[in-house]
Amino acid sequence: MTDHATNIRLLAINDLTVARGDRRLFAGLKAQLAQGEAMALTGANGAGKTSLLRVIAGMIRPVSGEVRFENETGPLEADAARSEGLHLLAHLDGLKPGRTAREELDFWARWMGGEGDLSRAIETFSLSPLMDLEVRKLSAGQRRRLALARLLAAPRKLWLLDEPMAPLDAAMRARFAEVMKAHLAEGGLILAAVHDPLPMTTGSLDLGAGR
Amino acid sequence: MKAILALFRRELALAYGRGGGPLLACGFYAGVAVLLPLAEGPDPKRLAAVAPGAAFAALALASLLSLERLFERDFEDGALDLLTLGSPGLAAAAAVKCLAQWLATGAPLAATAPAVAIALGGAPDLSPLVFLTSLLAGLGFNFIGGIGAALALGARRGGVLVAVIVLPLFTPLVVFGAGAVDALSTGLDWKPALALLAAYSLCATALAPFAMSAACRNAMS
Repeated sequence: MTDHATNIRLLAINDLTVARGDRRLFAGLKAQLAQGEAMALTGANGAGKTSLLRVIAGMIRPVSGEVRFENETGPLEADAARSEGLHLLAHLDGLKPGRTAREELDFWARWMGGEGDLSRAIETFSLSPLMDLEVRKLSAGQRRRLALARLLAAPRKLWLLDEPMAPLDAAMRARFAEVMKAHLAEGGLILAAVHDPLPMTTGSLDLGAGR
Repeated sequence: MKAILALFRRELALAYGRGGGPLLACGFYAGVAVLLPLAEGPDPKRLAAVAPGAAFAALALASLLSLERLFERDFEDGALDLLTLGSPGLAAAAAVKCLAQWLATGAPLAATAPAVAIALGGAPDLSPLVFLTSLLAGLGFNFIGGIGAALALGARRGGVLVAVIVLPLFTPLVVFGAGAVDALSTGLDWKPALALLAAYSLCATALAPFAMSAACRNAMS
């Protein structure tokens, strides 16, 4: 379809200043993330990790500076890159309690432009016994696995992850580490807000102590 | 297109999952309409004179009931954030939500409207026009109400705020809708009022999605 648009190869952050209300979170932030690379976004609680991810995803407007997405031919239009090229995994997962896991995964895969083969995503996160349960009956870790399955159900290059590992058990953390490595090997990009180091070689971006 | 259809199906399922939302709105509509003869006295002539206007005012209020929650749940659980990341975009998502709401709630309300009109003393042969005007007005109610719902996101007592924002904008729909029915029942030409009603509703359908999208983005940031 629009393969060139979705094929983000570089994420560049230039002189980015972000404020929430009257409070300035960070100023003059610079960073670059290229194809096949992962970056660990660290910082104290309240330093602005989640806000930075939401700025990149286009939900918060920065005070100044720019977020640029590029493919092989040059800069992309930001709206197109966001609506076709990136995933955001946040604390609020957007899953409706009253719908079944299958209905929700199927809907989000389609909304994000997935081609409808969910079996790999379901298998990877061992979701098959849970697919017919209502989301309200899932534990925090199971819900997170369902949210993670969306990353595979609709392939997109840039993953913005907000503490993706937090509710997962040890076995599932190892599984997701494999998934991230495979994504990088296929030319993906990962920017993850974390407190523990990511299980792979990464660049790092520290937002400091916060307030 | 697959994405749009998937969202439409989800919205319909959610509308019916909200504890029988559409039936509740119909019950409210019928309830308000039944109160009127009790307040106005049983004289059929007096009742027939105010019936079209009162029925449309009740329809506007009933449409408002389920509208306040149109974006709120998606806003609270993070789904609205993710809706911005689909290729159809947020304005299309807002339009689909309003259309689904129209089908889920507006259509049952329009189907109830002829019964309400007859209960208020309207002639049974008005029923086709009552249904048509109610359906068209419902389209406008839902798209304009959607703007109010989006603007009220994150506000306390959002429901009341939605009503205050959108009720003035409902005025033309009530005026032209009741006007068309009134004209037919008194033997006048009802087509101009119907045309104006349709024009207002279609304008709202075309323009409101952009306003909803902007208001949602404002609430998110």
